[in-house]
Amino acid sequence: MTPALALMAVFVAWPVFTAVRFSLYKWKGFGPLSNFVGLDNYKLVLQDDAFTSAIVHNLIIVGGSIAVQLPLGLGIALLLNRKMWGQGVLRTIIFVPYVLAEVIAGVVWFQLLQPQYGTVDALLGKVGLHGPEQGFLGTPEYALWTVLAVLTWKYLGLAVILFLAGLQSVPEELYESAQLDGASWWQVQRKITIPLLGPTIRTWCFLSMIGSLQLFDMVWILTGGGPANATTTMATYLVEQGTKSHNYGIAGAASVILFVIAFVMAITYQFFVLRRDTLDDSRKASRKSRKEAVR
Amino acid sequence: MSDAVARRPKRGRGHTFGGGSPLVYLIALIVVAITVGPVLYGALGGFRTNAQIADKPSALPDPWVFSNYKGVLTNSSFWHYALNSTAIAAITTVVTVIFGVMAAYPLARYQFKGREPMFMVFVLGLLFPAAVAIIPLFIIVTRNLSMGNTWWGVALPQAAFALPMTVVILRPFLMALPKELEEAAMIDGTSRIGLFWRILLPLSAPGLITVGVLAFVGSWNAYLLPLLLLQGDMRTLPLGVADFSTEHSADTAGVLAFTTLSMIPALILFLALQRRIVSGLQGAVKG
Repeated sequence: MTPALALMAVFVAWPVFTAVRFSLYKWKGFGPLSNFVGLDNYKLVLQDDAFTSAIVHNLIIVGGSIAVQLPLGLGIALLLNRKMWGQGVLRTIIFVPYVLAEVIAGVVWFQLLQPQYGTVDALLGKVGLHGPEQGFLGTPEYALWTVLAVLTWKYLGLAVILFLAGLQSVPEELYESAQLDGASWWQVQRKITIPLLGPTIRTWCFLSMIGSLQLFDMVWILTGGGPANATTTMATYLVEQGTKSHNYGIAGAASVILFVIAFVMAITYQFFVLRRDTLDDSRKASRKSRKEAVR
Repeated sequence: MSDAVARRPKRGRGHTFGGGSPLVYLIALIVVAITVGPVLYGALGGFRTNAQIADKPSALPDPWVFSNYKGVLTNSSFWHYALNSTAIAAITTVVTVIFGVMAAYPLARYQFKGREPMFMVFVLGLLFPAAVAIIPLFIIVTRNLSMGNTWWGVALPQAAFALPMTVVILRPFLMALPKELEEAAMIDGTSRIGLFWRILLPLSAPGLITVGVLAFVGSWNAYLLPLLLLQGDMRTLPLGVADFSTEHSADTAGVLAFTTLSMIPALILFLALQRRIVSGLQGAVKG
């Protein structure tokens, strides 16, 4: 166990601790860390419109991802859970976008979304619509929603696959007896399948939330945070402050705020939503350990 | 649907509400088209010329052009990037799996004081997104450890951030292995080390493959850390793709060929081991 803890101490704990320390100093990367400024960096970051709008963007992505992917993913998983021709291939195909690097997906979508001569605009043109003049990624009102759409394309497969896996643990007998009782397909889904899928859905939401909060790659490739900061996220903000402007104090404060937001959301979620599942689990576990003790 | 229900008794244990109606197939077809459309666009675009793409953005290659792919495959930078990606992913995977199993095994098997708090350390590790520590990590790796622009400098932090998930997946997996086998081996006089290598490692192979593939693909696809740490010939494929697409922004066909070739290895690995990945992710979901 020691090597793992040592590695995490050096590459996780030390940097996180350093981020907190940086956040209390004004430091441009040269000389000693001596210009202690207390919480000034936090004040600066929180007063910076670019950062506050980045927080809003992150929250929109968190909410938007769940609001779109949950019903879509559930619907597709329920559809694919029937015996049908080509089921295995379908499941594999739907997983493909998830496998690709965000960078690679981003570069392809960047080409597809080019204004005027991109494929998306060409397809829209065929049905008589016009994309915005600056392109979907170049127009501030559309850019964030376009990023959200590409993220949905990329991550929907994960939701579908996890829901499908969860569906397989629903005992067949439940379906059979429901059918004998004359329940319709829709009733069965609503009253049996979806409730039983609860733990899977709740954990997927959690994973999706944490992922959305640290979003960087896709935004960096598609828009670089632009146009006019319309798509900045907390991660793009702190990388920009750290690498381009060398404001390590500001980047540190932004990191700490990002961590606090992620942490508070994770704990809140754990407390209000996941607790039901872990309580079930711990009850199971204590039953199991009691059995073992008896043995 | 009704004829599927009628068919069911012959099939024994099938899905009760089974069968695909035409509507189901239509929806499935739309989903598939949207899913693979962009990927196919990239792969086919690599076989076209820029003039073809500009003329008809969404058409098949006509005629098929192989010069884009040939250009990428004879580009020495591409092979440098591929080598770096492979080496970094391999180091990350090996370190993650070995350290992970070394940590998960005692947490799964031995009763000792502080076992659960120790496990909580790993669970808490899940809550530290790499993005939070990225700037200090960059400074520590380049200045304090002088590992900037090296394979290890990227691989070790990646392994460190992959470890929590690895331990969380592996522990329940190792717990589920039958204790009796170990006891039998102990009675036959195997040492703890021998037990680990000769009994446990082979038995836990499926779990190790799962976490190994997750670590490999995670590293293969990583962008942020390599972006800060690697320059020039040390860059990995995602960096190469991103830089190529900005440097050759006018050469759409070339960009698409480069991108397509970069996605192939992870795609093959992932699809070949898809079942393991899914069960691993599920394991993580169930904690």
